[in-house]
Amino acid sequence: MRSRATRTARRLGFTLQHALLVVGALIMIAPFAYMLSTSFQSQTFVLTTPPQLIPSDPTASNYSSVIGTQDIFRYFANSVFVAVVSTSLSLLVSSMMAYAFARFRFAGRETIFRVLLLGLMIPAIMLIIPQFVLAKNLGLLDSLAGLVVFYVAGSLALNTFLLRGFFESIPRELDDAMQMDGANAWTRYWRLALPLAKPGLATATIFTFLNCWDEFAWALTIINDPEIRTLPVAIRIFAGSGNNAVQWGVVFAASVIAVIPVIIVFLIFQRYFVQGLTSGAIKG
Amino acid sequence: MTTLVDGSTATRRAEALASARRGRVLNPKKSRSGGLTPYLFIAPGFLIFVVTIIYPTVQAFQMSFFDWKIVGSQASEFLGLDNYVRAFEDPQFWVSSVNTLVYIVATVVPQIIIGLAVALLLHMKSPAQTLFRILYYLPVVTSWVVVSLLFRFLFADAGVINFTLGDILGVTDGDTAWLADRWTGMIAISALGIWKGIGWSMMIFLAALQGVPRGLVEAATVDGANAWQRFRVVTLPAIWAALAFVTVMLVIGGFNVFISVYLMTGGGPAGRTQVLLTYMYQQAFEYLDLGYGSAIAVLLTIVVFAFSVLQLRAFRGRYGEDSP
Repeated sequence: MRSRATRTARRLGFTLQHALLVVGALIMIAPFAYMLSTSFQSQTFVLTTPPQLIPSDPTASNYSSVIGTQDIFRYFANSVFVAVVSTSLSLLVSSMMAYAFARFRFAGRETIFRVLLLGLMIPAIMLIIPQFVLAKNLGLLDSLAGLVVFYVAGSLALNTFLLRGFFESIPRELDDAMQMDGANAWTRYWRLALPLAKPGLATATIFTFLNCWDEFAWALTIINDPEIRTLPVAIRIFAGSGNNAVQWGVVFAASVIAVIPVIIVFLIFQRYFVQGLTSGAIKG
Repeated sequence: MTTLVDGSTATRRAEALASARRGRVLNPKKSRSGGLTPYLFIAPGFLIFVVTIIYPTVQAFQMSFFDWKIVGSQASEFLGLDNYVRAFEDPQFWVSSVNTLVYIVATVVPQIIIGLAVALLLHMKSPAQTLFRILYYLPVVTSWVVVSLLFRFLFADAGVINFTLGDILGVTDGDTAWLADRWTGMIAISALGIWKGIGWSMMIFLAALQGVPRGLVEAATVDGANAWQRFRVVTLPAIWAALAFVTVMLVIGGFNVFISVYLMTGGGPAGRTQVLLTYMYQQAFEYLDLGYGSAIAVLLTIVVFAFSVLQLRAFRGRYGEDSP
């Protein structure tokens, strides 16, 4: 029998639990809300005291300026191009490697695997200096191709490990049966392994795409031509380097445009995020 | 990344390898070795990997021994260990190292504690679990560039943080120039790191909490253990592996802090909020001192490696478990 006191304690616990969660959630969300509101404010109202959390005189002028004079859709298109091409290439190449590791035994398998492992342990930015020299020698500086090549490179090891796990969980018998029917390795990879590893491919696609979409340090280093800036680099240029002259409304209008696709992807594919994280190797 | 190096997998793989070899002798028709085929599958990716990751890794070491010239036809001059000696005698290098460590301490501990607390709160059944999970995770998926600029705006002199602390709470004068001084700057940068990272550790802990044996929790309750005792005796050992994983990843992430510093303070004023990577970046791409920049990168890589190995050992020793 449950006493009334226990029930009251329970209800109190429930209330306290949710009160804490709501306060925490507000802290997580408030900066975004303020960013959104600032993007609808004209420069005169930005950084005034008291701060205007809800714009008294909302305006879309920041958006029209970002879309019109600042040409944000060019940068948007650059980002889309780089992210789509890098993600496709990375997934193709790393799923091929993953398939070989999952389905074949061959000399040097262990060694190659270990070398890839090493790649996982070296943070990308530590290699930025020699990679810059390499890109210069290959004539890849100041080009979108230079972004693609190194984005593919940076995501290879992780995607290979992730996909190898998915391929290994596909019953070997299916592979054997197809082989009996005379299917060659490429057919088995393309027609059997890839379709069955869809959840893994989805996870890898989402993480690779978002990493390319958000990448900043490398793009900052090799891109000079304003025409081929990606969104993160363009937004940083909007923010300038001084402090007082920053057109915050414009910066945040551009930021909102850059962030919205990410949030949509996240909301739709939420469960793949959880999957990717709990499979152990990804810090988003 | 730690999943992939544990001993049992390696052993299993070795066994599989051995049995595959035996199989080939006994049953030559079973062509799992596939001749050239696996190499063809591996070649494109591995070629890219060797050229763009392995080769630069080796070159980073090489460059760090030179006064590396990238402009024109000047020859690079071999310096031996001079770049490393220079780092140890360079006060700015030490300021950057201390700032990096301060950032790690200031961000890793709160991210773990708050992330775990949120996970525990969410683990108790709540009808709004999914919604809360999304809200807490939003900062994680948002680009570093956007949130760094956003926090620069929040911590501006006339920004909302000063307004909140000064005019609403009255705990400061409300005129702190956050980004214009070393320690206040580090506070602002660390605040961003914590805010952006809580959702990630929360997600890992939530997954780990699924593995806590419910029966044990109930048994402990029956035995009269209070919430803290249950947490310490039942929950904590069950999530120890996740805790180790989160700690290692966050510390490594802390050593990698770059964009937030670069965009919030630019390492200023006068280099006083510089961290190792922003300092490396400045040396390499502003002063074109690629050799010295490489030396800093190499030192950092070595420290990160040593640190993650030591940390994993320490965690393993305590409960004798594998990392997740």
